[in-house]
Amino acid sequence: MDKQKTLIGRADVLGGLVEHPAIKAILSWNPEALLDAKFDRGELTLTIAAKNICSAAAAVQAAGYNFLEDLTAVDWFPSTPRFQVTYHILSHSLKEYIRLKVLLDGAESGVESMTSVWPSANYYEREVFDLFGIRFDGHPNLRRILMPDEWEGYPLRKDYPVEGYR
Amino acid sequence: MASAGDTRILQAPPAEGAKDQHMVINMGPQHPATHGVLRLVLEIDGEIVVRLYPEIGYLHTGIEKTCEAKFYQQVVPLTDRINYLDPMSNNLCYSLAVEKLIGLEIPEKATWLRVLLAELSRLNSHLIWLGTHAMDIGALTVFLYTFREREEILRIFEGLAGQRMMTSYIRIGGLSMEPPLDFLDRVQGFINMLPEKIDEYANLLTGNPIFRNRLKGVGYLSPEDAIALGVTGPVMRASGVDFDLRRDIPYCGYEKFPFQVPISTVGDCWSRYEVRLVEMRESIKIIQMVLDGMPEGPVKADAPKIVLPDREKMKTQMEALIHHFKIVTEGFTVPAGEVYQAIEAGHGATGYYVVSDGTAKPYRVHMRYPSFATLQALETMCKGRMLADVVAVIGSIDIVLGEIDR
Repeated sequence: MDKQKTLIGRADVLGGLVEHPAIKAILSWNPEALLDAKFDRGELTLTIAAKNICSAAAAVQAAGYNFLEDLTAVDWFPSTPRFQVTYHILSHSLKEYIRLKVLLDGAESGVESMTSVWPSANYYEREVFDLFGIRFDGHPNLRRILMPDEWEGYPLRKDYPVEGYR
Repeated sequence: MASAGDTRILQAPPAEGAKDQHMVINMGPQHPATHGVLRLVLEIDGEIVVRLYPEIGYLHTGIEKTCEAKFYQQVVPLTDRINYLDPMSNNLCYSLAVEKLIGLEIPEKATWLRVLLAELSRLNSHLIWLGTHAMDIGALTVFLYTFREREEILRIFEGLAGQRMMTSYIRIGGLSMEPPLDFLDRVQGFINMLPEKIDEYANLLTGNPIFRNRLKGVGYLSPEDAIALGVTGPVMRASGVDFDLRRDIPYCGYEKFPFQVPISTVGDCWSRYEVRLVEMRESIKIIQMVLDGMPEGPVKADAPKIVLPDREKMKTQMEALIHHFKIVTEGFTVPAGEVYQAIEAGHGATGYYVVSDGTAKPYRVHMRYPSFATLQALETMCKGRMLADVVAVIGSIDIVLGEIDR
């Protein structure tokens, strides 16, 4: 696979990376759920419909992407959809990363918790909840983790001032 | 002491009928064996740990938020402060991520020196782990010995960067300046001496019956649990998962240096001790390979709009002065996009997720640090074991609270 080429858009990536195991896994599971795709700087990004993320993760897990290395969020305020939850998944056997992405209109809409697929998502999701206020449905213990329990507001949101409220 | 029914600090209330027998105790945040400000809430039945719950966040300084208000090059000094025992790896990981975003080529000498510095930094991290771990178990002497050797690493760093711990020496586009003339000789002298010293530590610890009995069979972690709980680095390899980012997804020219990745299939505290000792010896071999083949050339990329000019040039050449002024006052723009760069640091897989919106400041910087994930596995390792084993397990997973709280 050529690391230098850039493919943007679902159709281009599907045409350019037919043999990619993660794409094959997603397509054989549910092609409808794959909303967008990008291959840029040697990294594959797959955007999945928010309601399907757990089963998508289970599908790539079965394809050999066995390790959830990182889970975080990005706030695209003021554009919509506002929040993006990003999952970086590593395959120990294929020696490769993929990035799954979910777009959320608002923090209230929430997203399924990944803890049923990878228990390690527990702390990562608590961190995202703590700093962005994104709700994870089905999380066993969704509480603040870094900020004090009684803290108001979500510090990593773009409408939260860098120096805080004084 | 909190009551056993306090559900705010524990994930679930104690089992019915156990309320009278179980006790909830606090360990930390001010406790010498928690390696920083880690608070553990332990539910114990006699001396057996029934549940364990880490409370973190005491060192949270919001570095990820601060990064969004800085220019790209200004983030480098912030990264030192996250894992202060392994500073070069932090610098390296961030620089690699931004270089990947820009598509910047780094001169060969700079990448070789980066490998050398990352390995020195790993040795620094492992020496502190060994000293403090042995101290927790009760072998105080080793602590004094490892800190003596670590002092030499800090002196080498001081000669390079003018700073012992917060080096900020690896920058976007290469290194901040040429290393001093005696640098390579000093490193050679250090690694000539170190293998003997590692033998000395092993002599003090490997045959020590107290150390053996406190570690063997304690803190077992299965390979399945290691993967499920996000554990990386030496702890994962001690559980039998054969994966090392330096070898399997090489970055920064690591593919040029063949080395052994030690693994163990036992998965207890003792195997973590053995794995890390071998890793230190392998790091020495990598450093030797770098010293033997060190190429000539510049240590900064030829990108005047991104890399600060040399001080001398800045004072004599108009163009260099303009570039210097522009970079310092306006930063440099980075093409829009997102990258995730992971490296194998002393504690495990460190990853930087950098999102750019095309301006001179990062839109979002997220740091994935190994200790944060490894801490999740602590309960699995300690459950059903004696209270005193918790100290041994915390020492063996080698956490730094700076990188947990960020």
